[in-house]
Amino acid sequence: MSDENVRNQSGPVATTNARAVDYQTPLKRVLALGSARGGTHHFITQRVTALALIPLTLWALALALALVRADYAHARAILHHTFAAVWLSAFVVAVFWHAQLGLQVVIEDYVHTRWLEVVSQLAVKFFCVIGALTAVVAIGRIAFA
Amino acid sequence: MPQAARPTSPYLQIYRWPLSMALSILHRATGVALAVGTILLVALLLALASGPESYARVRGFAGSWFGLILLFGWSWALCFHLCNGIRHLFWDAGYGYSIQRARASGLAVVVVSVVLTALIWACVIAQGGAA
Repeated sequence: MSDENVRNQSGPVATTNARAVDYQTPLKRVLALGSARGGTHHFITQRVTALALIPLTLWALALALALVRADYAHARAILHHTFAAVWLSAFVVAVFWHAQLGLQVVIEDYVHTRWLEVVSQLAVKFFCVIGALTAVVAIGRIAFA
Repeated sequence: MPQAARPTSPYLQIYRWPLSMALSILHRATGVALAVGTILLVALLLALASGPESYARVRGFAGSWFGLILLFGWSWALCFHLCNGIRHLFWDAGYGYSIQRARASGLAVVVVSVVLTALIWACVIAQGGAA
């Protein structure tokens, strides 16, 4: 035990220099049930993808409206442009990234059966990665054709 | 005090839902719905990459009455999630927390999302229908 951390055996730990307070109880620390320290990164990534998705979504909506009347050849011609391929790929990646982060929180909040929670978290992650990769490869096949 | 004898707070059905509460859960619901909707997006891109027949099949599904109901629902869900997401970003930046402001922005989100959805489908119909 260092001098800096004066540990109170029965409760939260206060540091002498008052820089940080450890709110974990000794039992929690032993069981390693504390925070994963990943929350801030999740929060920021969710906001950054959200911010990126504002213009990307508006652009994707315009693209979808342009595709309404397009036949197969015209639709491919639209996505053959580098600009369209890049923006649509960016849209798809941001969508699946943002979806994974959002669904993760929904599962954390509502699924309380441990094995079901783990299985659905993994399923969502795999679904989002495969979805993004499939979409990007499809866009690539059209753009490089 | 034993765990079971603790007083519990009243659950959701007790309260008269304020607008912000309804919009908060709708934000999650539309988010989940939109995540499901990505399946159609990926299917459309795969079909476009594969060939005219598969593209026609996906468009045929999208143009069916069932597909149109899904598309209409997803279009509103997207507009709502987009508008309400911007509202959340303002909160994250520290603005608009007063009850009146939150209520007003909530109402604005509902109105704008409906107007945007109507605009999208007006564009679709002006182009000669969805199919």
